[in-house]
Amino acid sequence: MKLNVLLKENLGNMVKKFEEPADKRIYITIDRNNLLKCAEIIFKNLDARYVIASGIHNENNFEMLYHFSFDKDGVIVSLRVYLDKEKPEVESLVSLIPGIEYIERETWEFFGIKFLNNPNLKHFLLPEDWPEGDYPVRKK
Amino acid sequence: MKKIIVPLGPDHPLFEEPEFFILHCDGENVVDVEWQAGYNHRGIEKISETKHWDQVTFLVERICGICSNSHPVAYANAVENLLGIDIPERAKYIRTIISEMERLHSHLLWAGLAGHFLGYNTVFMWVWKYREPLLDMMEMLTGNRNNYSMIKIGGVRRDINDEQIKALRKTLDTLKTQNEMLTKVVLDDPVLQARLVNVGVLTKKDIKDYGAVGPVARASGVDIDVRRDNPYAAYSFIDWKVITRENGDVFDKAVVRLLECFESIKIIQQCLDRIENKKGEILNEVKEIPPGEGIGRHEALRGEVFHYVRSDGTSSPIRHKIRAPSYVNVPTFKKSCIGQTISDVAIILAGVDPCYCCTERVSVYDANTRKKKNVTWTEIVRKSQEKTKKLKKS
Repeated sequence: MKLNVLLKENLGNMVKKFEEPADKRIYITIDRNNLLKCAEIIFKNLDARYVIASGIHNENNFEMLYHFSFDKDGVIVSLRVYLDKEKPEVESLVSLIPGIEYIERETWEFFGIKFLNNPNLKHFLLPEDWPEGDYPVRKK
Repeated sequence: MKKIIVPLGPDHPLFEEPEFFILHCDGENVVDVEWQAGYNHRGIEKISETKHWDQVTFLVERICGICSNSHPVAYANAVENLLGIDIPERAKYIRTIISEMERLHSHLLWAGLAGHFLGYNTVFMWVWKYREPLLDMMEMLTGNRNNYSMIKIGGVRRDINDEQIKALRKTLDTLKTQNEMLTKVVLDDPVLQARLVNVGVLTKKDIKDYGAVGPVARASGVDIDVRRDNPYAAYSFIDWKVITRENGDVFDKAVVRLLECFESIKIIQQCLDRIENKKGEILNEVKEIPPGEGIGRHEALRGEVFHYVRSDGTSSPIRHKIRAPSYVNVPTFKKSCIGQTISDVAIILAGVDPCYCCTERVSVYDANTRKKKNVTWTEIVRKSQEKTKKLKKS
């Protein structure tokens, strides 16, 4: 079965928007409350490889992209969630993917996006005494 | 149980790079490891948002001196993915040649350092001697031993002529014989086997949990390689194979790297065959970057480099996410170091070929007083200036 069909079938009505802007690139927008569920389907059931997550500061909200790679098909699937501008919070994926800990810590200190249930959410790249509430990668 | 804490860093014990590992030990055995990084964080993702799309190619080149071709290739792939364009065939071959040259010199660099850490200084001296002509070739092809500036969005900046091809072929032939000898020596040495076999083992599950890539993943039997899985440049036109091993220890990581050198030589030779005695375009001019997003990948020597770019139609990216392979390879220490002895941790950490960035100080040995001392960058600059002054006077 083709990967895009397989993804649509497995994620069902959790998919809010399904984009394929280029060959071998798929972007799926989902609700942030469904993140853990969708990531589990992609990472565990469909056996994708975790690549990285990227935080983005938009004018009206924050955005998180979780990139997964389907190496047999050579496809990158990115899960997109939008977060509240005033209180950016999203569920941590550490319980599912242990290696995601560092990028969550980095995104937290640079963007101020809070990852709920990450047991080790402390400074990673910035020093311990970095002033609270100062997030250097946010747009001014 | 009382635990002893052994700090490794903030200067790296092996590569003299700034990073910090905290080992929690029970006697000789390591029971837990913590990682603290950021000693040389330069905020390149943020700087990228202030540069022109074309300038970013040179900015990302400076992320790492060893991978100084890998990041530009991944970045160019990302922007070309956003644009939906292809690059000229000759540019594809040239990108492949430079990428594989880089892989060769880096794998040899690693083999030399690994020899040095284990007390095999002969290996260190020999391998680095073999590596030197490669850097000369890089200088001949690109004008620089590192930071090659070959890549441009839409193609490459310099062509390769037939004379250079001839010189490159000669160097590769010599290197192949030398690498054959080296591989045999390493594979057959009983002491190296005793130090490396079953040390720092990573299972397939560990690789999946941490998302590890490159030779680290392939040594554990995880058959992934962006060059084959999502081909770019000229990799799909060429006959080569992905090297994997099953055991996942430091020895297998070394074997994968040494055997990959042969594949790299094979790839470069085939590329040279295709571009020799021919002429062609090397650049598709790009004028504007429209709004959109793109993802580019490149199988660097340490594993997959990942770049994500987003444009709003202006002359700079509004977001540029970069993931270097060490970002996912280094955290595997949680699995590979725990349960091992302190003396093995050095080579296990080196086994993933970690890459941070360069130091700002060097350590020198004073022959008169026979003492080591640290010298700051300012002091080096001062010494250099004094030397010029002296020369001017004489």
